[in-house]
Amino acid sequence: MNSLYFLLPEIFIFIMSVILLMTGLFVKKIKIINYIAILSIVIAVVIILNQSFQSILQNSFIIDEFSKIFKVMILIGSAASLVMFFSSKEDQHINLYEFPILILFSTIGMMVMVSSNDLLLMFIGLELQSLGLYVLAALNRNSLLSSEAGIKYFILGALSSGLLLFGISYIYGFTGNTNFNLIAVNYSEDSLGLIIGIVFVCSGLAFKVSAVPFHMWTPDVYQGAPTPITGFFALAPKIAAMGLLVRFLLNSFGEIYIDWQQILIFISIASMLFAAVAAIAQTNIKRLMAYSSIGHIGYALIGVACVSPEGIKSLTVYLMIYLIMNISVFAFILTMKRNDEYFEQISDMSGLYKNHPLSAIMISLMMFSLAGIPPLAGFFGKFYIFMAAVESNMFVLAIIGIIASVIGAFYYLRIVKVIYFDEPQTSYDGVSIKSLAVLFYPTSLLVVIFCFYPLPLLKIAETASNSFF
Amino acid sequence: MIDFPILSLILFIPILGILLMVLIRNTSERTERNLKQTAIWITSLNFLVSLLLIIFFDYENPSFQFEEKYFWINNGISYHLGIDGISVLFIVLTTMLVPICILASYDSIKLSIKEYLISFLALETFMIGVFCSLDLVLFYLFFEGGLIPMFLIIGIWGGERRVYSTFKFFLYTLAGSVFMLLAIIYIYWNSGTTDVQYLLNYQFSKNEQIILWLAFFASFVVKIPMWPFHTWLPDAHVEAPTAGSVILAGVLLKMAGYGFIRFSLGFFPDASEMFMPMIFTLSIIAIIVTSLIALVQEDMKKLIAYSSVAHMGFVTLGIFTFTIQGIEGGIIQMISHGIVSAALFLCVGVVYDRLHTREISRYGGLVNKMPFYAFTFMIFILASLGLPGTSGFVGEFLVLLSVFTVNTYFALFATTGVVLAATYSLWLYRKVIFGALVKDDLVDMLDLTRREIIIFVPLIFLTFFLGIYPKPVIDIIEPSTKLVVENFNERLQK
Repeated sequence: MNSLYFLLPEIFIFIMSVILLMTGLFVKKIKIINYIAILSIVIAVVIILNQSFQSILQNSFIIDEFSKIFKVMILIGSAASLVMFFSSKEDQHINLYEFPILILFSTIGMMVMVSSNDLLLMFIGLELQSLGLYVLAALNRNSLLSSEAGIKYFILGALSSGLLLFGISYIYGFTGNTNFNLIAVNYSEDSLGLIIGIVFVCSGLAFKVSAVPFHMWTPDVYQGAPTPITGFFALAPKIAAMGLLVRFLLNSFGEIYIDWQQILIFISIASMLFAAVAAIAQTNIKRLMAYSSIGHIGYALIGVACVSPEGIKSLTVYLMIYLIMNISVFAFILTMKRNDEYFEQISDMSGLYKNHPLSAIMISLMMFSLAGIPPLAGFFGKFYIFMAAVESNMFVLAIIGIIASVIGAFYYLRIVKVIYFDEPQTSYDGVSIKSLAVLFYPTSLLVVIFCFYPLPLLKIAETASNSFF
Repeated sequence: MIDFPILSLILFIPILGILLMVLIRNTSERTERNLKQTAIWITSLNFLVSLLLIIFFDYENPSFQFEEKYFWINNGISYHLGIDGISVLFIVLTTMLVPICILASYDSIKLSIKEYLISFLALETFMIGVFCSLDLVLFYLFFEGGLIPMFLIIGIWGGERRVYSTFKFFLYTLAGSVFMLLAIIYIYWNSGTTDVQYLLNYQFSKNEQIILWLAFFASFVVKIPMWPFHTWLPDAHVEAPTAGSVILAGVLLKMAGYGFIRFSLGFFPDASEMFMPMIFTLSIIAIIVTSLIALVQEDMKKLIAYSSVAHMGFVTLGIFTFTIQGIEGGIIQMISHGIVSAALFLCVGVVYDRLHTREISRYGGLVNKMPFYAFTFMIFILASLGLPGTSGFVGEFLVLLSVFTVNTYFALFATTGVVLAATYSLWLYRKVIFGALVKDDLVDMLDLTRREIIIFVPLIFLTFFLGIYPKPVIDIIEPSTKLVVENFNERLQK
């Protein structure tokens, strides 16, 4: 009973979401529900920050610096998408009180994911997260694309869960344990069944982080889902699945990393190159961001593939910067509307610098940052990733990474080109909506001034990597 | 020596200017004038502050001065600034050219002037940073960061094919530079720091040197640019606005030459010696081939752009002789080219502003209508082809002298470049300035305005000053160059 106390953030959010679910039926103002949801996330962050290292429920649930940092990142991502939800109040189709509640439920799943040290708990967390996401993707019932996105995500997600479960059963069968630490002491070397298990679990998780070759759902779901939800997809679940992947691989199979390192190297290279090339032809900004996120996950996976303190550190830095940049970009995408009608084509951004010079500069800098051009924050993310890769002597990976980043720079530059060089079109609303300005300006400013004082983020990342090494 | 952080001040004054400009609302014609004046005052102030560097410069001290070192990323990667005799002149050149650029685009830029000026100020910070950073990561940050404002300057305010050119410029340079980033990271893990001062005394093994040298070379060869990686330059020059071309030719190309001296020679002496024949061959090809290409150009800017490639060929020749004379010649050639080619682009800008074409065949007989212009243009054309008494001569002469001591055949080929330079330069001059004034739209051409004269006077002065009495400049360069050469010979593994 005592150990439940350490589950306080999860339990708190759960209670809050149940309360909101019940009161939501009677409260007419969705705004209030959203405020309460954001408030409960803030409280959960405070609780998490005050936790100390714990390993509870027979070592199946771990609270350490790594999980704390990842949970805070996830909560920031969720809160950001809730703030984005404020802006869509005119959009009747997704203006449902279930939106914040589903996000909260799914957030609980993610928090369990990054803390879980047990195959079963990990699966429960993953499923809780996914169920929320399936519904969210299809939230806009009147839109064909949204329904398609929901169905597609559900079917492929169910398949990946199947793969994951299959892998889990193999691992359990060959080690007799579900706890990561016990697996680590119980496996026999060169057991083929175990490797099959690892491969299946990795595939299942690769689906969740949308790494090539399990990425097929991403562009369609990103495009089909309503934009605040797309933002949520891009922010929180990836970070959670990445955290889970790290803990699963390092805690249970840290010793035999040779066996799974090559899987990660392959999906990392495939993601980086594929995303860089495929994104070039995109005309829809949300689809483009889908490919962009595939590419970024490829870079982040380099950090995991290094299997070194430096690798985990760089992964954490990368994900933090990724989170900041994506909040900014999605907040911007939400502002792309004219007379309450959303625009998603890249060509619709033309002439932005005439009508909204400040947001034009900011979003262009964001694109340069995503492309990894110094002195913006995105550069430091890539810099650390390559630092880790070179330290682990993975030169090929690093060289392919930089080549992909040069190819990738092209499609980010194309957006800058549309904004600045193309003939202007009619203006749209701009970052006039307060809730979006609150997200857009601080995050983009953070990206610009990051180079002056990068130390705090690096310190945080270092504590995260200390949890493993 | 003074303790005041002058270098940081020079770096941050333009950023301060950017903040000021952001606060000025861009509404009426009057605020536009305010914006321009703010930019001019800020950059002129920066120029004056940078002159302090020369005033307080310690001529006896060959190593780094005005050093500043603060904690930045970790113990190995710090915010470390400092200059020596090699870099100080480049900083002053940069701070001098930026106000000239802004003055030059006073009337010609009509569209979103605020963004234009902000880009230039940001670019100034990045360019100065390249020359004064003593940390490789910091260097890379500035080296690459300059791409963003330059991309916008060419892309927004450029000519018709600006999108193609600016993409080519950006991706070309980026592709070259990322290899340098990997090399820097490798150096960090190898030596535990990216501090330039420390690395200048750090010994890499021969195989490491070769790989690292090639990685740095990949970046510099594109930037300087050397044949056959020069194709982005004519495009970028032609499409860039006048001021963009001035900065591109005046400063951006010099970053790579500076990098060759500081990093390639400083860190990897063995690899530099090993690749010397390759550099020599490429430089000679660059000098001859691009001079020949320049002969057939129909576009004035393109002609000057190709001549830039040829001139930078002399620079690399000089640097890779590994002699004091050669490196000094290379540096003076870079400074001189920074002044002269910048001035030539400004000259093209003058007629372009009036007639909106750069085609050589559209002009002719301008001397009848624009005597002052003809005079100015002549000075810089002659300086560009290396007439004794102008700055162009000193650098080329020193380079050829040192190349001659190293290898007579290379010197022979390089000298043909001087002849070719005379051919295309004088051909351009004759076509544009001399002849009968027959074309109708040339009849109304006005001579230089007062603003334009103000722009050209300091450049003319410097051209002659460097050409007739280069001693003060050589005095600044010499101790540090000596140190570079000594260091190079000492660390060469026989």
